[in-house]
Amino acid sequence: MMEYEKIKVPEPIVTINDLNLYYGKTKALKEINLDIPKKKITSFIGPSGCGKSTLIRCLNRLNDLVESVTIEGSIRIDGQDVYSPAVDVTELRKKVGMVFQKPNPFPKTIYENVVYGPRVLGINKKSTLDELCENALKKAALWDEVKDRLRVNALDLSGGQQQRICIARAIATEPEIILLDEPCSALDPIATAKIEDMLVELKQDYTVIIVTHNMQQAARISDYTGFFMLGELIEFNVTTDIFTNPREKQTEDYITGRFG
Amino acid sequence: MTREAYHKALKKLEDEVLLMGKMVAHAIRNSVEALQKRDINASKEIIKNDLLINKKRFDIEEQCIALIATQQPMAVDLRTLTSILNIVTDLERMGDHAEGIAKINILMGDAPLIKPLIDIPRMADIGLSMLNTCLKAFVDRDTEMARRLCNEDDQVDALHDQIYRELLVLMMENPRTIHMATYLTWISHNLERIADRVTNIAERVVFMVTGKMEEINVSKY
Repeated sequence: MMEYEKIKVPEPIVTINDLNLYYGKTKALKEINLDIPKKKITSFIGPSGCGKSTLIRCLNRLNDLVESVTIEGSIRIDGQDVYSPAVDVTELRKKVGMVFQKPNPFPKTIYENVVYGPRVLGINKKSTLDELCENALKKAALWDEVKDRLRVNALDLSGGQQQRICIARAIATEPEIILLDEPCSALDPIATAKIEDMLVELKQDYTVIIVTHNMQQAARISDYTGFFMLGELIEFNVTTDIFTNPREKQTEDYITGRFG
Repeated sequence: MTREAYHKALKKLEDEVLLMGKMVAHAIRNSVEALQKRDINASKEIIKNDLLINKKRFDIEEQCIALIATQQPMAVDLRTLTSILNIVTDLERMGDHAEGIAKINILMGDAPLIKPLIDIPRMADIGLSMLNTCLKAFVDRDTEMARRLCNEDDQVDALHDQIYRELLVLMMENPRTIHMATYLTWISHNLERIADRVTNIAERVVFMVTGKMEEINVSKY
């Protein structure tokens, strides 16, 4: 395997060095070296099982919940080693929010979904929660659609709205990084477009990292793109370079559909 | 290989570009031969056939746009399609230059030539050889070949210079030659532009392969 040389990015917020991850004896991530820039959208693409979701799950230690996982190497966020014993995982997950493939709002009102995180973190003052809720829904481009029915059950909303509730819920804890694991794969093109517009707005305040199977989506919204295959980071670069003139043949083959 | 229909369509498009290149080469060769033989009918034929070249260009453009709209081409495929859009524009203009030579031949009618046609056919030969090499470089994705052929443009430029100077001398010596000499200067200019257009295509071939835009040989005109 060729040693992958990190490309320089402006203001890296996440620094990953020599990361290996095993599920039991199977090596799912191999020697990942990568810097992710602050307040940009970074997308990860690659065929199923290439390790892209596994990697973002390392960033807020969701893999801790999988018993057989072992991890080598280091992941630093703002200089702090994520896997150091000193790290409070709840604090980490407040700082690194996550949105999943299928919208998964709680069976509660819209309002309660959004303020769930702040409540867990001990905020109870109604005016503060109201303000947090409004801000988060505005950032998730949902406020105008739901402001008159905050007490409606979130599960009564459309799929696209539910996904934006989940994004608002992640934003309400004021994270630095938002991870999204194929957030639009269950949505129609209009709902997808709304989420994409919103993500582009969100990067003013947050670092967005998105895993997507939709290459056009990565090309449309992200500033940087990483291509993974069989657990290796094959290429990481500015998105326009990846899609107009990739350096690696494997990347070229994948994005032009000559793969497989 | 996945996306077979899409890649077949891309390949077909390349074949069409090659075909258009051959049509243009044919027009250039015929335009100079018609001039040498002073064959007005052959020149008229070239003017008529230029419509086919124009049509071919629009056909290829439409196919490119359809592929971009429906297939979201990426990387080398995207560069190939955008390069083809540029290449067919250059080829179409080269066809116009051949048509220009045909029109001048018609304008000259049966008036006697003021000098034997030696350098003009040489310019055409070099231009045609550049075009054929360039089409081969396009098909083979051969950047070295594309770069090398651009050097030949200097020879065409030098011949154009030489023809211009000779005609200028003739015109100064005998103002009655001005009419015919101007026609021949136009023909030389058309051939000079044809070679320049070939270097444009060569630059697109390099871009298609490397992804880098670069000017290979800057013409002095």
